[in-house]
Amino acid sequence: MPATLSPADAQVAETGQRTHLPARGGRGRRWVRRQRGRGHRAPLGVAIAAFAVAALSLVPLGYILVQTLATGWDQAYALIVRPRVGELLRHTVALVSVTVTATVLLGVAAAWLVERTDLPLRRLWAVLFAMPLAIPAFVTSYGWVSLYPSIEGLRGAGLITTFAYFPFVYLPVAAVLRRLDPALEESARSLGHGPVAVLVQVVLPQLRTAVLGGALLVGLHLLAEYGALQMIRYSTFTTAIMEQYQSTFNGAAATMLAAVLVSLCLLLITADVLLRGRGRYARLGSGVARPAPRVRLGRATPLALLAAAAVCGLAIGVPFVSVGRWLALGGAGLWTAPELLPAVLSTLTLGLYAAAVTTAIALPVAWLAVRHRGWGSTLMERCTYLASAVPGIVVALAFVTVAIRYARPVYQSTLLIVLAYALLFLPRAMVSLRAGIEQAPPELDEAAKALGSSPLRVFGRVSLPLIAPAIAAGAALVFMAVVTELTATLLLAPTGTRTLATQFWSSSSAIDYAAAAPYALLMIVLSIPVSWFLLVQSHRMAGR
Amino acid sequence: MSALTVRGVHSAYGPVPVLEGIDLDIADGSITAIVGPSGCGKTTLLRVIAGFESPHPGSVFIGDRQVCGDGVWVPPHRRGLGYVAQDGALFPHLTVAQNIAFGLPRDQRRSRAGSRSRITELLELVSLDPDYAGRRPDQLSGGQQQRVSLARALAPRPGVVLLDEPFSALDAGLRASTRAAVAEVLAGQGVTTLLVTHDQAEALSFADQVGVMSAGRLTQIGPPRQVYEAPLDLATAAFVGEAVTLPGVLADSVAECALGGVPVQAVSPAAGHGGPGTVLLRPEQIELTDSPPEGPDSAAEAVFGVVEDVDYYGHDTMLTIRLDEPGSSVISLRHTGTAAPDVGTKVRLRVRGTARWFPAGG
Repeated sequence: MPATLSPADAQVAETGQRTHLPARGGRGRRWVRRQRGRGHRAPLGVAIAAFAVAALSLVPLGYILVQTLATGWDQAYALIVRPRVGELLRHTVALVSVTVTATVLLGVAAAWLVERTDLPLRRLWAVLFAMPLAIPAFVTSYGWVSLYPSIEGLRGAGLITTFAYFPFVYLPVAAVLRRLDPALEESARSLGHGPVAVLVQVVLPQLRTAVLGGALLVGLHLLAEYGALQMIRYSTFTTAIMEQYQSTFNGAAATMLAAVLVSLCLLLITADVLLRGRGRYARLGSGVARPAPRVRLGRATPLALLAAAAVCGLAIGVPFVSVGRWLALGGAGLWTAPELLPAVLSTLTLGLYAAAVTTAIALPVAWLAVRHRGWGSTLMERCTYLASAVPGIVVALAFVTVAIRYARPVYQSTLLIVLAYALLFLPRAMVSLRAGIEQAPPELDEAAKALGSSPLRVFGRVSLPLIAPAIAAGAALVFMAVVTELTATLLLAPTGTRTLATQFWSSSSAIDYAAAAPYALLMIVLSIPVSWFLLVQSHRMAGR
Repeated sequence: MSALTVRGVHSAYGPVPVLEGIDLDIADGSITAIVGPSGCGKTTLLRVIAGFESPHPGSVFIGDRQVCGDGVWVPPHRRGLGYVAQDGALFPHLTVAQNIAFGLPRDQRRSRAGSRSRITELLELVSLDPDYAGRRPDQLSGGQQQRVSLARALAPRPGVVLLDEPFSALDAGLRASTRAAVAEVLAGQGVTTLLVTHDQAEALSFADQVGVMSAGRLTQIGPPRQVYEAPLDLATAAFVGEAVTLPGVLADSVAECALGGVPVQAVSPAAGHGGPGTVLLRPEQIELTDSPPEGPDSAAEAVFGVVEDVDYYGHDTMLTIRLDEPGSSVISLRHTGTAAPDVGTKVRLRVRGTARWFPAGG
């Protein structure tokens, strides 16, 4: 920004650049970093845009807060402190603990096998491990339920959600493993550490951001999951809220459950903030990192192959076999249903709108969070995570209520549902954009400025091309999420608009598994090219 | 072309001062190097001049044009400076040709013929084959990246070029050749140049004027020979080259020290009065002489020592010698002869030229 800078302008956003001062311990360094870069504070337009996005993302939370206050203390206490809530809390916490742990272990192990060992058919496994992203969790659940109707409880829910969600950890970890500088590991080896010690002391710490990002995503998805858990009758706060809303629209009991659920999300996010730290991950230095040497599996190869095949069988095989079986049983008649084509078209339209809107509004927030670190930008970034922490049903009802009261014309409109999608899926775009912006060193922006480009043109000529893959990946993630979004769509879709997910749900809820199968297949088919694209992008972002 | 002037530049990160009143004049078309240890503030100075940071307070002038200070603020992209970063900072998504053309005006960039001839010209200027135009930065070696970075900085024909440790990422051989090539290009173009580096040899060989920076201040600035031979304080002396310091007593421009009577030049006329102080010599000023002529005159001045350590560098040898005198001081000297004495050899020493004198307490 062309700025009339005064010496008093000390409290300006930091840039997160390397400091040239000698390090004097953690506290001093952090402080120095905050002071750095007074010459180029955050552009005002970007700051305003980010602020607007953060404010919008607080609408659902504000709704819950206002409703809670309106309920009154005594009634709120009576609604929260009761055995039913304790039971839901146990269910929810148990599921989150089990599935987050399992997805992290599975995701890191899968990434390590594919990126760091001589496992045969690595390219195939790389594709297959990302595949579950293309299958909505409620379709996975449908697959298991229709094959094994007895599946239930924490075991069933943990199993289904782990295999549905582990790619959230696998993909970022694989991307980081691929571009880790092997020189660090070699240094550690030469300092006398064995392969296992190097893995634990050098490799895993560098995976921290990726693992935490993935785990947070898994955790938030679990808290908001409705379809997959409802299908096997595992009750969590989200399914209980949906039940309450269906019986009493938006009564106080449901709002109180939502308030507890949101508190859980806040807890997750706080843990993430505390664990994430403030490291800078842009790679400095000239040249491209060498690919790391691969670990020889040797006699463990058959075992590793078996494990990889088992994971793929459970994660992809079960839903595919199930859908295939129902399609075969249902015959050609399933494909002539008149609802099919309109559902495809409206799903595509909503997906494209939401992808465009979501990445557009995520960009300023992600930019500030990486390039102008400070309490303000971190707060705004966290606001956007908060929105997605609120289950889709609550976001949807908040939007319905607010629209009816204050913005009647947008009620039942495409705009409203697209905005709801944008809030729900902002973190998906954010994770991708953040990673991309962290990969674009600010030194390049300085070089471009010195060559005479104005800040806006620097963005267009240097930053944007460098982060374009991340933007595309973020948009693709959002598109895929919208194609398979169920809960908010059930409530917010304009009258007459049916999507693949809502059609699937109404059929499978009526235990008409065969009629649901074409929609399941179409959702997967729409998602596969996007998953493929994401995989290619993640390779490209790693500089291959 | 234009001169570069820096006046009273201060900078701080909170309570930690980084620059404490820098004044610097760089004549039109000349090359200045700022040398100092890491953390001395030299990179911050460069970033202030480039406009990536603002001084608190302080002014920078490019030619007659003030670019910051006194309420003026010209953002970096309107300063018209060339800037070469430590690792080249080539845009990874653009080819060599697109990198070089980046700073050219839009119409020139669009007209293919115009920009191509300029790119070829610049590639030739930095001694790169025009075939490199289509390559990506990651297909170039470190030295080639730096040359492209220089070509990119020179493309818009800036009056002033700033170099931020541009050779530090290169290996020794490549470093010397790239440095020589860059110096030649800059001199040939008549561009006013400011280089910051932590390598004193690089500063001395590259620049017309060398500034020594320490803890946010310029302790000395002048021609390389003056900075090396007539340092203003012992710290500067030790930073710009290897130094032999011995305590001594001054009388009539001759200091009596462990090396006998050495003619000296004091840092200032006021410091030239007699009294105790420190003699500063460069290792190459001390040489071995052949077996001593046993005359009565020379015997009085003869200084002997025993070789304690020999460091062989190929082109010369550093000898560590314990002097044969009551204090048994240890000195080092640079021996350029073909055959160096072995450890334990007794040698006779002689001082060439004048030494530098720093009075005690000064």
